[in-house]
Amino acid sequence: MKRAGFDSNWLPILLLLPQLSIIAVFFYWPALQALRSSFFLEDPFGFSASFVGLENYVRLLRSPEYLNNAGFTVVFSTSVTFFSLAIALLLAVKADKVIRGAKTYRTLLMWVYAVAPPVAGFITLIMFNQRWGPLTSFFELFGWDFRVRQNYADTAIAMIVASVWKQIPVNFIFFLSGLQSIPRNVVEAAMIDNRSAVSRFWTITFPLLAPTGFFLLITNITYSLFDTFGTIDTILRNNPGDNPVTLVYRVYLDGFRGQDIGGSSAQSVVLMVLVLLLTVFQFRMVERRIHYN
Amino acid sequence: MAEIYESRAIIASTTTPQLRRAKFNWEAVGDHAILIAGVLFMVAPLLMLVQMSSMPDIETIKSGPSLQFGDQLWPNLMKALFESMSFSGANTGLNMFKNSLVLGLGFAIGKVVISMMAAYAIVYFRLRFGMVAFWLIFTTLLLPLEVRIVPSYEITQKLGLLNTYTGLIVPLIASATATFFFRQFYLSVPEELLEAARIDGAGPIRFFIDILIPLSQTMIAAIFIIMFVYGWNQYLWPTMIVTDESKYTLVQGIKQITQGLDGSQQVPEYGRSNLLAMLAIIPPVAVVIFFQRWFVKGLTESDK
Repeated sequence: MKRAGFDSNWLPILLLLPQLSIIAVFFYWPALQALRSSFFLEDPFGFSASFVGLENYVRLLRSPEYLNNAGFTVVFSTSVTFFSLAIALLLAVKADKVIRGAKTYRTLLMWVYAVAPPVAGFITLIMFNQRWGPLTSFFELFGWDFRVRQNYADTAIAMIVASVWKQIPVNFIFFLSGLQSIPRNVVEAAMIDNRSAVSRFWTITFPLLAPTGFFLLITNITYSLFDTFGTIDTILRNNPGDNPVTLVYRVYLDGFRGQDIGGSSAQSVVLMVLVLLLTVFQFRMVERRIHYN
Repeated sequence: MAEIYESRAIIASTTTPQLRRAKFNWEAVGDHAILIAGVLFMVAPLLMLVQMSSMPDIETIKSGPSLQFGDQLWPNLMKALFESMSFSGANTGLNMFKNSLVLGLGFAIGKVVISMMAAYAIVYFRLRFGMVAFWLIFTTLLLPLEVRIVPSYEITQKLGLLNTYTGLIVPLIASATATFFFRQFYLSVPEELLEAARIDGAGPIRFFIDILIPLSQTMIAAIFIIMFVYGWNQYLWPTMIVTDESKYTLVQGIKQITQGLDGSQQVPEYGRSNLLAMLAIIPPVAVVIFFQRWFVKGLTESDK
């Protein structure tokens, strides 16, 4: 709050009212609803619900399918986060270095940011088309018969490739602006001290980029958990079968297809706790990060 | 930036110039090679969409994407824009384009307006419950819509908002990202401005409209762009809320397109489908490219 604020009682309330009422109706109400129904067993038609305590949670933890999905989600998020960060960092370091064309590269590498996740899934299905998909043909050179939606691992790889492709631009933009904000004298001093570009990168540039990198790490985990829904749904063509799905997709499947409101709500609550932990972790690190500036 | 490279050249030239220069060139070639490979990886799939939509479908089905450019772009575009994808006749490309535009613009405008108002109230007023309001808004950052999707759907249904633009847009606004950008920005505005305005006799509304809004123009533009792209690209929420085909958005239509490509007896219409996908891509990409400077500013300043 500003030191010299206005003294008015009705105006700030009026200003806050639209946002607070939308949040109350479409955020707090559904969040509490999810928490509440996670303790109830509801019949599929919504006529009756009986309190079952933690049973929905116990059922989840005992379900091999759910644990399987959780395992896949870990593999999926780790791969997406790692590859999209690594590729974006490599490209950003190079784009920061080249004298000619840096701006052109930046523009060209940015496009995909604006592509919707389902469109990324749609493109992936074409790239991996069974008969003539360019990437299928490419893998054929190595004797790999790539089958999206028929082979579990192949489907997982296609999902990861699509999600990485979609996320590289965001990471690239952040890394590039991080690199460009490193003070010039630091760069010059490093060049005099250290001839090897590789060791210069790891000892000077990388630590200075760490705050950006950490912020991106959290953003990327959140992205791979939630924003990949459209990509996954499109690749599976709305029909998961025995194919890999993430935890968020499972919430949707159980809640809407299976009409298992209690189970789906328990899953929502598990995810809420997960996001909460991530956020708390991020803020603790941000506090520590202030020392960098 | 140029000065760094000059100083590097000076450093380089002091130590065996011939050797240094040769090495530098190889390095540059390698750097450009990596960047070009990166650009190809990112852009080639989009070019492939364009190429495929210019070919007769029969060709595409036989041999897939190629380097050849066909003459079907215009007829396919006409089909994509004006021909319906299903029996109801309502979901033509043009109609879905309109719905996407309503969602993107409605979401971005709504978000910017209510966020600016709320941030202004939090930063510039002495409020007893100011901190409470702040935390109430703040917590919304913790839970994405995807997590509370089932109860959100039920509530929207209870309120009778299924298949309406209101039901499509308003629940998406219930998160506070933009409020925090504006709050951060207002906090960085010098206090003297407010003092000067008060001495001049400006009230809170005048100060907001005549001073703060003009000052935040760049910020507004940046957030507006990010939010427009975000709204336009929404998938899960529209898929749940909208079942009436006349209200389908393009991104939502992608699902229908994809399902139409297999399982039917007819020739799969890759040309038309790819053009619909391109229609879904072009507006957000154009906005991002055209307003690059603001967009990058908005994205990167949000973490500070």
